[in-house]
Amino acid sequence: MRRRLPAAFLGAGLALLVVAGPTLACGGLIGPNGAVNLLRTTTLAAYHEGVEHYVTAFQFQGGGGAFGSITPLPGVPSKVEKGGDWTLQRLIRETNPPVPAALDAVRFEAAGAQVLMTVRIDALDITVLKGGSADVGQWAADHGFRLPPDAPEVLEFYAQRSPIFLAAVFDADAAKARDQAIGDGTPVHITIPTPNPWVPIRILALGKTGADHVDADVYLLTDHAPALLPNPTGANGMRLDNSQQASQSLLDDLRSDRGMEWVPSDGWLTKIAIDANAPQLSYDLAIDASGMGVPSWVQAGLALPNRAIDQLTWLRVVLGAVLAIGVLMLAVAIARAGAARSSASSLTPQG
Amino acid sequence: MLRTRARLFLGAGLVALVLVAGAAVVALARPTQPVTTAVTIEIHYSHFNPSEIAVPVGVPVTITLRNDDPIDHEWIIGDDAVQQKHRTGTELLHPSIPTEVVIAALSTRTTVVTFAQAGQLKYICHLPGHEAYGMVGVATIR
Repeated sequence: MRRRLPAAFLGAGLALLVVAGPTLACGGLIGPNGAVNLLRTTTLAAYHEGVEHYVTAFQFQGGGGAFGSITPLPGVPSKVEKGGDWTLQRLIRETNPPVPAALDAVRFEAAGAQVLMTVRIDALDITVLKGGSADVGQWAADHGFRLPPDAPEVLEFYAQRSPIFLAAVFDADAAKARDQAIGDGTPVHITIPTPNPWVPIRILALGKTGADHVDADVYLLTDHAPALLPNPTGANGMRLDNSQQASQSLLDDLRSDRGMEWVPSDGWLTKIAIDANAPQLSYDLAIDASGMGVPSWVQAGLALPNRAIDQLTWLRVVLGAVLAIGVLMLAVAIARAGAARSSASSLTPQG
Repeated sequence: MLRTRARLFLGAGLVALVLVAGAAVVALARPTQPVTTAVTIEIHYSHFNPSEIAVPVGVPVTITLRNDDPIDHEWIIGDDAVQQKHRTGTELLHPSIPTEVVIAALSTRTTVVTFAQAGQLKYICHLPGHEAYGMVGVATIR
């Protein structure tokens, strides 16, 4: 199957691409290892029996040395392993997707975080980190990577909800030594026990400017039709391309792939196409797979856990309330004055 | 009786509006930057705060640069020619000169600059993508 299907779909999942090399304090963007680009990303986020199975693939277009990406996770993974050979391709074929478009490079770095797990998959060195944005940033710096300017805010956005990150460092030299050609992807399967799944979307815009476009496909496989937040309206950069009972042939094919024996006997397949300008992606995709229909605003990144209101916000609230009261009192005064005038004129004796 | 009540409501409403307007002006108005010989600039989420400073001409000004971000930044102050040189430059880490400072992640640096002429200079971080992201400030020298 792998041979029949083009590997062009790629995807460094939710990648925050990292480029190693000496830090340039001037305008030079990339170190001597050269530019590395990530293409369109394709991801499966499946949820069954309280476990999220997150399958994505990392691929590079060129360059030497090391590069990588970082992916926020909803919880601590119980397992990170090589993904199946055809899971993502089979999903793409199921929904007959458009031709992949380009997604460009970024860089990252971090240090000071707690390392929960390290795994080597082909030419990928994967590290699961626990820590706040500063910790992860420090870890990346210590490992020779550099983050784009929006990284502090984006990492904080994730760390407030789940301080778990997966850093995947792609060793391009090792890939060459393995005869991996440019364009080959390395699938990775992350198993994450979690009460409800969510898919990081905002990270796709990391390092991009207002004019940049983001294309990605997110497949969801759940026991029931999921409730999603935000609703993929198309206008918000997310489009619902497929939502139907998963076919038996799809489920059978997926189940026969490596590490995919958990695929249930029936399920619901959803395909979300991310087709957005970078600034549109200010949210994540929260999923209520329980059938209750209540996806979490916090998991969608639309509300903060225990959000504290700062002093200026309080001041604005108080000023707004006083203003509203003042306007209301004025309106009452004007109405009463009008009533008094008409009452007085009606009492005036007529000629 | 009705007129008296109306006047009372009218008066109370006007007082409330005046209070709100005054408080809003105090709370929301942008204060004019005082000219000072000691300035602290914080860097948070890849932005300078304040993004406008006012400093005196001809005397040493101590500038403290506090980087709250987990990534490196730089603070380069100068005229258009200086900024353009760094915008297109490829040199590695800048040597420490008072007007060109690299501030490592989560660190603080202090520099002392004497501005020779009155006018306005920009301070910019020229690490890749940072200027476009908004890491730009203006120093008024007077």
